[in-house]
Amino acid sequence: MSAADIKRKEKLIQRIFLVVAFSSLFSLFLIALFIFVEGLPMIWKVGLKDFLLSTRWSPTKGHFGIFAMIVSSFWVTIGALLFGGPLGLMCSIFLVEFSSARMRAVIKPALELLAGIPSVVYGFLGVVYLVPLVRDYLGGPGLSLLTSCIILGIMILPTVISISVDSLVAVPDSYREAAFSLGATRWQTTHMVTLHAAKSGIITALVLGMGRAVGETMAVIMIAGNALKIPLSPLDPIRTLTSNIALEMGYASGLHRQALFATGIVLFFFVMALNMIATLFARRKVLK
Amino acid sequence: MNATGRKRIGLWSLLVVLTVLFGCGRKDESTPKKKGGYASIIIAGSTSVQPFAEKLAEIYMVKNPNTVVNVQGGGSTAGIRAAQTGIANIGTSSRNLHPEEKGLFEIPIAFDGIAVIVNPKNSLRNLSTETLRAIYAGKILSWETLTGVKHRITTITREEGSGTRGAFEELVMEKLEIDPGCIVQDSNGAVRELVATDPYAIGYISLGLVNKQVRAVALDGVAPSVKAVKEKRYRFFRPFLFLTRKKPAGLPLHFICFVLSDEGQRILAKEGLIPASIIHGESDLCRQQTSKEKKN
Repeated sequence: MSAADIKRKEKLIQRIFLVVAFSSLFSLFLIALFIFVEGLPMIWKVGLKDFLLSTRWSPTKGHFGIFAMIVSSFWVTIGALLFGGPLGLMCSIFLVEFSSARMRAVIKPALELLAGIPSVVYGFLGVVYLVPLVRDYLGGPGLSLLTSCIILGIMILPTVISISVDSLVAVPDSYREAAFSLGATRWQTTHMVTLHAAKSGIITALVLGMGRAVGETMAVIMIAGNALKIPLSPLDPIRTLTSNIALEMGYASGLHRQALFATGIVLFFFVMALNMIATLFARRKVLK
Repeated sequence: MNATGRKRIGLWSLLVVLTVLFGCGRKDESTPKKKGGYASIIIAGSTSVQPFAEKLAEIYMVKNPNTVVNVQGGGSTAGIRAAQTGIANIGTSSRNLHPEEKGLFEIPIAFDGIAVIVNPKNSLRNLSTETLRAIYAGKILSWETLTGVKHRITTITREEGSGTRGAFEELVMEKLEIDPGCIVQDSNGAVRELVATDPYAIGYISLGLVNKQVRAVALDGVAPSVKAVKEKRYRFFRPFLFLTRKKPAGLPLHFICFVLSDEGQRILAKEGLIPASIIHGESDLCRQQTSKEKKN
């Protein structure tokens, strides 16, 4: 094979990979386009205010207010973060700063397994065990904001842990050595030095975990109760934006279908905002 | 190296061409059947009707080997639309048509009771329609006035657009709306499961699906049963409708007549449904067809 041949081949392969790389971008573009084309006419027709700020959702009777779902999605995301955030953070601190290599060899694969469990299984476990527990000991119907937060808190653990572990590992050992040489204990070093240095990465981990929580659908449909009210207590049933789409998709037609796509638009902005915040913090780390 | 590489590419492309050719060849084999009267119908719509339609289609295809009956879900609203637009030969619905949906040819194939269910631990035995309506409208929130238990009622309903919900709204709610605070589940099975585990829950499901895990409550003094519906004492039932754009003819008619025949109705009755003829009387849609068949 001549040198020119090799060069041509190299170019060709480069092109092929470029096309493949762009296909993911292209599908993102298509999805966005599709959601907007399907959903925007409905928002136009109903009016942005009546769509976003009304709590009355009864699409077969012509009411398309998703405010209750926006509030529910917001609370469930915050709640999942309250459960999953500290747990995930402490777990990653343990993995990086305190555990032996042998321990890590057990815990790491277990966490990866946690990420691989299908969400319907989480939902099923929630319905069978957690819902009756909450109903019997705390009251309410059991299908509730609280139950969803706990299950989602567990579901976001793999995301939170894997990214915060990466950011903790990325802290140069010279930082820790400097702290030790000043007489700091391991815990003092961790919370005064390492965590500070890894701050932006940890925030990125939490924000991406929130993104995972807001997008989760199947488990939430099973355990949240799907009622259409703004929750006034953690024991009230809720309906999130994602479960609204999945729940009614099968039956929807006409304006109702468009309204579900419009719900998708709102969700799209939700997730975009979260991802943008995450990237912002991730970039700050690089600048340092 | 280069030569073998070329050869390999040649071999691969030969393989691809052959696969494509053989793939086509196989398709060609099935076309003769088409010439001999191989035909298909598409049925789409209500997820409540779907399992019954699938069962009927299965038996029909065994009896008529040159036909294919394709059954799809999508929901009652989608079924009505599919019949209107002609996407499906037969659309199905598990609720009556709204005034604006009229104009289709409606064939009730069976009736299905709707039972209001509570947990077996609940002492509630009987409800009036007014009380049931008040519970679902969010006006009665506690079991206290009903059973003496001081506990909130967990009201469970179906999702918007569901045929079962549509029928419940029509039969029970009249002009009132179901309270948005109600818990929403997306299938008969999910509602039953929840009522079976929550002693304070109330829900409604298809009569054929009531089992020992839950208790069906009498409405206005009448306990729900196939018999009570047949005798027209229990009034909470809904039709399972087959819908066509025009008066059916040809293969769809043949299938519909199979469903309305004694055999088809027996299959539906065995699955817990109420035969159509009991409420609507004998349909004359198939009279010609059966007399023709008798001649044969």
